[in-house]
Amino acid sequence: MSGYDVEITGSDVTGSGAKNMILNFGPQHPSTHGVLRVVLELQGEQVMNAECVVGYLHRGVEKIAESRNYHSFIPYTDRLDYMAGMSNNLAYVMAVEKLIQVEVPERAQYLRVICAELSRIAGHILCIGANALDLGAMTVLLYGFRDREMILDLFEMICGSRMTTNYMRIGGVSYDANDMFLQKCREFIDYFPKGLAEYEQLLNNNRIWLKRMKDVGKISAKDATSLGLGGPNLRASGVDRDLRRDDPYLVYDQLDFRVPLRENGDCYDRYIIRIWEMKESLKIIRQCLDQLPGGAFRAEDTKYCMPPREKVKTDMESMIHHFKLVMHGMEPPKGEVYFGLESPKGELGCYIVSDGTGKPHRLKLRSPSFVNLESLNLMCKGGFIADVVAVIGSLDPVMGETDK
Amino acid sequence: MATLNITDKIKKKFGDNVVDTHSFRGDETVVVKKESIKEICTFLRDDKELNFDYLLDVCGVDYLPREPRFEVVYHLHSIAKKHRLRVKVRLADAEKIASVVDIWKTADWVERETYDMYGIEFEGHPDLKRIYMDDDWVGYPLRKDYPERGYKDEYQPFGEEE
Repeated sequence: MSGYDVEITGSDVTGSGAKNMILNFGPQHPSTHGVLRVVLELQGEQVMNAECVVGYLHRGVEKIAESRNYHSFIPYTDRLDYMAGMSNNLAYVMAVEKLIQVEVPERAQYLRVICAELSRIAGHILCIGANALDLGAMTVLLYGFRDREMILDLFEMICGSRMTTNYMRIGGVSYDANDMFLQKCREFIDYFPKGLAEYEQLLNNNRIWLKRMKDVGKISAKDATSLGLGGPNLRASGVDRDLRRDDPYLVYDQLDFRVPLRENGDCYDRYIIRIWEMKESLKIIRQCLDQLPGGAFRAEDTKYCMPPREKVKTDMESMIHHFKLVMHGMEPPKGEVYFGLESPKGELGCYIVSDGTGKPHRLKLRSPSFVNLESLNLMCKGGFIADVVAVIGSLDPVMGETDK
Repeated sequence: MATLNITDKIKKKFGDNVVDTHSFRGDETVVVKKESIKEICTFLRDDKELNFDYLLDVCGVDYLPREPRFEVVYHLHSIAKKHRLRVKVRLADAEKIASVVDIWKTADWVERETYDMYGIEFEGHPDLKRIYMDDDWVGYPLRKDYPERGYKDEYQPFGEEE
């Protein structure tokens, strides 16, 4: 973090005699979606430079990971991108599973996809709602919270917690889905297209929304690729990259969905891509509910995976395994793996270096919000100061994930 | 194109500059000499067949007490060809490495993060400074000899004695 003066200072950067003004934006500002700080260099209302200062929420999870065993790191991951905790859980456990090569039962894979897509919808709702709120349209956020509440209730039904889900386990998931969850989930996906139609009705033809979003914060496909933008932000610039289709994990290769694409790379495209993606997510969830097989929800690999709760109480062997896994942790083979999946914000990657002991030697998280924010400067340069808020909102940064 | 060809191709082109290659769980890795990192990265990006246009991540790993102590790890992905590659460089303490910012713009922040956490300096980086920690922070938190609780000071009474 840099020590800029909070007071307004001037410097003649262009040499024209007109002084540029340095304006500090954040970290305590409702439109920065957390504790993001942007140091703006302004000439009149025009932004000459927008330097992001991050790190106000740095908790050092990568350092923490080096002293926890593999199972006990899972709860830390849903505190990264707390808008879509399920995806974060998933990226981590799947990286570990890649390392230990455990076969995940099919039912667990379907449940994982359902939860990951639900959290994608929850994340996108909040992104659009907050973006609209920043630009003065409060209703979308309120409608969004109404619908997001249903998803959080679903999460509570399946794992007992609403945001910090801690649902994924190495080798499967923590609880099986009961009939009530499946029924309510169906009710939600039957209802939600109506909610989406309401957002679209409020925004798609809203003249102020279009003026504030269209041709604002544009980024070309080439720049977006070079800057490593991810997820909807990348696809809004016309780069066709979605790991669910390109590098299918879980059961995504058996599901039928489309990857929405736009070319302009402006704020409006990033918004509309999110709307379309939510529709695709609904399609994915419906297929998963239809195809959901029975069977186990966690692998029975006593060396690596936690035994089911009931068995721990009744079966001596399971109790011993449970004790071993909790006290010593599981010991994966030596080696290093990288696994990346398509989180709501882009590629969420997890790089694990294992030295064969119960704790990771190094765990690196490639957080999409961090990389997405890097392009803020390019998007804001030359635009107006009022657009900075629109651009930040359309990038959908979550500071928990950015700062790790 | 099968992934096996990538490492072969790099080995053929750069010969002695490739120190080691290995594959684990489908992840192809090449370990290269630090002098050649820029040349190899430019080749990886510009070669029509490889086309690694997307830099996912740059990170450091500390292997204390092994010598050389550090590794800088680059994760690459090609959007068109859909293949991945991990490039690693081994570095001793206080050794510097060339920055790849002018090859992939993403490298800017992730190299700053690596510098912040490990103290590895990237030569040619436009603005190498700490990104997460304060500017006046002492030490590099992710090094293995840095205590998890931090050092004891006026704000941190439970930290370790220096």
